[in-house]
Amino acid sequence: MAIFLTEKSRVVVQGMTGAEGQKHTSRMLAAGTDIVGGVTPGKGGQSVDFAKRSIPVYDSCADAVKSTGADVSVVFVPPRFTKGAVIEAIDAGIPLVVVITEGVPVHDTAAFFAHAQAAGTRIIGPNSPGLISPGRANAGIIPADIAGPGRIGLVSKSGTLTYQMMYELREYGFTTAIGIGGDPIIGTTHIDALRAFQDDPDTDAIVMIGEIGGDAEERAAAFIQDNVTKPVVGYVAGFTAPEGKTMGHAGAIVSGSSGTAAAKQEALEAVGVKVGKTPSEAARLMREALEQLLVH
Amino acid sequence: MDLMEYQAKELFARHDVPVTLGRVVEDAADAAGAAEALGGRVVVKAQVKAGGRGKAGGVKLAATPADATDRARDILGMDIKGHTVRRVLVAPAADIAEEYYFSFLVDRANRNYLCIASTEGGVEIEEVAHTNPDAIAKVSIDPATGVDEAKAAEIVAAAGFPAEAASVVQKLWAVFIAEDASLVEVNPLVKLADGSLEALDGKVTLDENAAYRHPDHAAFDGKAAADPLEAAAQEKGLNYVKLDGSVGIIGNGAGLVMSTLDVVAYAGEAHGGVKPANFLDIGGGASAEVMANGLSIILGDPQVRSVFVNVFGGITACDAVSNGIVQALALLGDQANKPLVVRLDGNNVDEGRRILARANHPLVTVVDTMDGAADRAAELAAQA
Repeated sequence: MAIFLTEKSRVVVQGMTGAEGQKHTSRMLAAGTDIVGGVTPGKGGQSVDFAKRSIPVYDSCADAVKSTGADVSVVFVPPRFTKGAVIEAIDAGIPLVVVITEGVPVHDTAAFFAHAQAAGTRIIGPNSPGLISPGRANAGIIPADIAGPGRIGLVSKSGTLTYQMMYELREYGFTTAIGIGGDPIIGTTHIDALRAFQDDPDTDAIVMIGEIGGDAEERAAAFIQDNVTKPVVGYVAGFTAPEGKTMGHAGAIVSGSSGTAAAKQEALEAVGVKVGKTPSEAARLMREALEQLLVH
Repeated sequence: MDLMEYQAKELFARHDVPVTLGRVVEDAADAAGAAEALGGRVVVKAQVKAGGRGKAGGVKLAATPADATDRARDILGMDIKGHTVRRVLVAPAADIAEEYYFSFLVDRANRNYLCIASTEGGVEIEEVAHTNPDAIAKVSIDPATGVDEAKAAEIVAAAGFPAEAASVVQKLWAVFIAEDASLVEVNPLVKLADGSLEALDGKVTLDENAAYRHPDHAAFDGKAAADPLEAAAQEKGLNYVKLDGSVGIIGNGAGLVMSTLDVVAYAGEAHGGVKPANFLDIGGGASAEVMANGLSIILGDPQVRSVFVNVFGGITACDAVSNGIVQALALLGDQANKPLVVRLDGNNVDEGRRILARANHPLVTVVDTMDGAADRAAELAAQA
């Protein structure tokens, strides 16, 4: 098993005919993803040729769902069209919408997230690298060749740190690695992913990567205490970040005493999560946790 | 982007929130004339993007126009939490009966909006939360329905504000939504002696992702106030933050760059406390031009002694990064005069490392791991 995305997932790509959409559709196909269609308004009826398959383009998500039975959408459309695209996917009844687009206004995200909640749709992102269940499917831009299938679940706010951690633990492999995005409002949180990994019989242990700003990691710690029995290893980026400076992600800022990496580490360690000071130390802690599981 | 009080009030006025704009002056001598025009008794307020101005002595009452100039002279040039005061707002002194606190903000935890309101205004809300938490009303707002008349009435009742405050609440909501703000805060919102309401202060954070919808917001951007290196980086579209140390940092992806800062700081402990000089995220496309721009900014920082380029090639291929580094060094010529430690992994890493080996540039050292490269960069900075 894997979480949210499996070999059975039927994926459409919104914005597939654009340069980014086309490049990543090609990569997702190469990773074994069942891409069943693209959506670009006004280009319905066309198709795009990839190495082994020609993928049909539909005018709307509703058309794509009717023709293909798609149950995942990956969104590559520019920020100003993202809200409309996501709402279209929700209204077409697609249960999982992965929003890769960076730079979506927060009020747009708030609006489509509220719409998704009312419809029971899961959103991942925005500003997310997507998720990969190695050997099964890849929905987004995470390189498929970093690590193969295994029994670790990984959830992270950051794209490149996801890659780094997958690389550090490549000899073990992953059930699913999911980048939830660094925006102030995101559709799937650390907690959502932790819950899914806890319930996934094939995931033995979980790596959780956080960063400065907000209190998502503290809330995740409270959730872990009450709900997670599997070993969790944490890593938090930004221990040395100064107060009041935004570090790349809109959400990554230390304001006063809140949002510091030290506070997050403390909250996580208080509930038994081992926290590495660097990615390599976190990877070492995960290896130890996995060895422990083998012993018992 | 955070706005200064006078800018926030300009936005408030556009949405009919009751405010008195006052006059902004940069020269203390002009404060007297401003006070004269405003009727004599005024408040002189430092305009900086920082809280706690009153406590820091940045807000003063002036009884006469001459007094206003004296107070402006006291305040201009002051340092408030690292921000130098370059302008003051001269506003008529208000006859205050009651002070309230009010804000709309993005609620990350619940992924919607939150209104915080209290009849204990005029002091820091964190302090009220500590001393008298029952005096704070928190009302959750569904983005699908927003703040209509009924919601405004609910907020006003929960906070214990006078009923007529509901219309001000709706106007502040209009500011929050129509201007794409992630924070609208009024502290204090006051009831004047004549019973009318006024936003006596304002703090607004605008969502930079929505800038394309608001070309007029560009006028609020105070580039001049920023660090010169940050201003130069901003002009080149680089995501750069100046820090205090001596190891220049270039990486891809916000999380990885933040992590790089940490790893360098830890490694630096063994080399006499060497620290990172900056945050620079070159993002997905590491073209030669972006790399050259980034290197040029970092090498322009006189504090920099060594540079650490840390890239995990996801979408970005390592060969493109290596070509970028080689071309950037050629473009920069003599300006490139500090040692570079490069660590590459991921997409096409072997070719990336081959390109750097072939170029054999005297300033470039390639180290295989992030920890090892951080240690080498810190060591080089300590030796320089």
